[in-house]
Amino acid sequence: MATLEAREHAHPAPEAHEHEHELGFFRKYIFSLDHKIIGLQYYFTSLFMALVGGTLAMLMRAQLGWPGREWPLLASLFPGGFQGGQMTPTFYYALVTMHGTIMIFFVLTTILSGGFGNFLIPLQIGARDMAFPFLNALSYWLFPPAIIVLLAAFFVEGGAPGGGWTVYPPLSALKEAAPGSGLGMTLWLIALFILILSFLFGGLNYITTILNLRARGMSMTRLPLTTWSLFITAVLMLLSFPVLMAAAVMLLFDRLGGTSFFVPAGLVVGGKLIPHAGGQPLLWQHLFWFLGHPEVYVLILPPMGMVSDILATHARKPIFGYRFMIGSMAAIGFLSFVVWGHHMFVSGMHPLLGTAFMATSLVIAVPSAVKTFNWLATLWRGKIRFTSAMLFAVGFVSLFVTGGLTGIFLGSPAVDIQLTDTYFVVAHFHFVMASAALFGVFGGTYHWFPKMFGRLMDERLGRLHFWLTFVGIYGTFFPMHYLGTAGMMRRIYSPDVYPHLQHLGGLNAVISVSAFVLGAAQLIFAYNLFWSMFRGKKADRNPWGANSLEWTVPSPPPHGNWGAEEPVVHRWAYDFSVPGAPQDFIPQTVPALPAAVPGDGGAHGASGSR
Amino acid sequence: MSAEDAVMEEQRVLASDWGGGKSPVGTSWGKLMMWLFLMSDALTFAGLLVGYGVMRMSAGRWPYQYNIFNINAVVGPMTFILICSSVTMAAAVAAARMNDHRKVRLFLGLTILGGLMFLSMQAYEWSHFIGEGARLTTNPWGVPMFSTTFFVITGFHGSHVTSGVIYLLVVAGKEGRRRYSAETIEIAGLYWHFVDLVWVFIFTLLYLI
Repeated sequence: MATLEAREHAHPAPEAHEHEHELGFFRKYIFSLDHKIIGLQYYFTSLFMALVGGTLAMLMRAQLGWPGREWPLLASLFPGGFQGGQMTPTFYYALVTMHGTIMIFFVLTTILSGGFGNFLIPLQIGARDMAFPFLNALSYWLFPPAIIVLLAAFFVEGGAPGGGWTVYPPLSALKEAAPGSGLGMTLWLIALFILILSFLFGGLNYITTILNLRARGMSMTRLPLTTWSLFITAVLMLLSFPVLMAAAVMLLFDRLGGTSFFVPAGLVVGGKLIPHAGGQPLLWQHLFWFLGHPEVYVLILPPMGMVSDILATHARKPIFGYRFMIGSMAAIGFLSFVVWGHHMFVSGMHPLLGTAFMATSLVIAVPSAVKTFNWLATLWRGKIRFTSAMLFAVGFVSLFVTGGLTGIFLGSPAVDIQLTDTYFVVAHFHFVMASAALFGVFGGTYHWFPKMFGRLMDERLGRLHFWLTFVGIYGTFFPMHYLGTAGMMRRIYSPDVYPHLQHLGGLNAVISVSAFVLGAAQLIFAYNLFWSMFRGKKADRNPWGANSLEWTVPSPPPHGNWGAEEPVVHRWAYDFSVPGAPQDFIPQTVPALPAAVPGDGGAHGASGSR
Repeated sequence: MSAEDAVMEEQRVLASDWGGGKSPVGTSWGKLMMWLFLMSDALTFAGLLVGYGVMRMSAGRWPYQYNIFNINAVVGPMTFILICSSVTMAAAVAAARMNDHRKVRLFLGLTILGGLMFLSMQAYEWSHFIGEGARLTTNPWGVPMFSTTFFVITGFHGSHVTSGVIYLLVVAGKEGRRRYSAETIEIAGLYWHFVDLVWVFIFTLLYLI
């Protein structure tokens, strides 16, 4: 707080870019205040966490595909998790929990809002940087400590928590409840606590920056949809994460102070009566899902915005229904706060309440369908260029529809009670939220890579990466619908322990092979990414013929983004294939009519924030 | 779109509050950010107070607060002092707008003093309860959840007041070196008023009803 107004007078600082050459490596790439560098820091740290989370998923599939099999090589790599060459149930549950936690909070949230959000927001709105660059850097620098604390959970006594990413009490509240409920669980909560602070600092910056620092002429209804989606996402984060923070405070008191917010009376653990009494485990579920449901939209809204921009650019057509796209994102954002009960249909809630949550949940299908049809209408009769970015954007729509349809099944209590905590749910959210968001990340990477590094990614490797990933995802997650309807439980360690699941062994092996193909395909991406950074074809400032402001500056953009004069915006970002125009795109900085230019861009100077 | 329409549209957007190049709500980013932070923080307190409500409803019997809290001699005056400190804070903001440095220092000092008095009375209240046998998990007057929610929620609020006092001290230090604007004080005031407002809710929910 203390530095608030000190920065205020220093910002925006048009002279800052002149000092670029004086900065050493350390100041330029490590402790940088530049939003682009912070974005890339977020991006690469999240990719590292994706590698960790993906490895955990591969280990899970090794166990589920061939339960009870001995893996001498894996056992030597992870000595704590294997006994006699076989994976232990405790380790398996730690894998499940940490895979979910890492992928949701430490990969998708951070790479989308932290990575793309930081990199793109100032560039797309015509600002020189975020409103409060120091807070922005602080937001990133809370991320690595959170990672260290989280991953430390693997190495403490009892190992990482095993209660699932939703950490329901009493498993998460009592140290004695399970091996991972000891110090590992406490570390999990502290890691989340640090990360929530990081999200808070980030979200404050995104919202104020988008509201206050837009370039002249960049009205809210001229913003690219990517920025709109990041704006709504930041609002969701700002309003939902503090509730998880409050819940985490109470859970920490239960664990460390012996209180009983979430622990009911009369629990017997390990043959001993627990002294706690008077708590409500369901309170945690309510508070958690009040965050948890907006959180899944925190993961899917930014890809929705990015995909809208990619589809329009690579189909050479204006986005269809621009205002409806904004309205439907706002509607989804609002509805996300009133649907949390659909995660709790089996918690014994009053049927009338369940019906109310069903109604609000199913209403989300309306704005989602509006978006889907708008994407299809954008593609309709477009001059589609099947670049890697475009393939992933189209793939996003496919995955979103597949996962969205099963969401309608699960939104209905009558069906959900049957399918709760089965692989049907796993299939649903891996399509609609996990894979779709991942496709947004990939599409965004192929699309904005030239802006980030001034080089193009290899298109042939990109297409190969797309097809293997697309087929791998359907091969992995689509059969899980069948597993779920056949009754296979969501977090089961081995399907062999129940007779009615034993016939699913073959299907589980097929899923595991698909998952390994999917995992291996990501190595192509990693190779392409790092190879292209140094050896890729040089990109000019606008390789795709796109309209938004980031494509009017050099690739990569200099510190301060705009040189001496900030841009002035004269149109929306989707003037593609305008009849009579000399090119099939008209950047946002091109005046509507040459006569309509009100003076030059320098007249307003640095009046950005006030 | 005809040429005339295009010119009209151009002028309309550039003249509009939301047309970019300025703050649409006429607020600096610093003040806007504080408002957003307070919204977020309000939800943290809301989460805790919802937890309190659920605990209290599920407990069945809740101790009668008037037998436990000394509302007339301790909690009432505490609340009064905190509300008074909001008044002095507002006076500091008004003085800062008029560039009256002497008054800014005076009223900031009084606000800090109010915050410190509130905190010391809270410390007295806590130590008094602890002396009578109340702990985070035990309560000599009935259900343990009564003490749990009391210590967690007033403690969380107390830590906010403590941060507020430190924040105001930093602002006052800047004032001393004339490195501040009236808005710095106004933003600090927003935080201070928020902490007071939250106390009104806590006072009502934990002590009165």
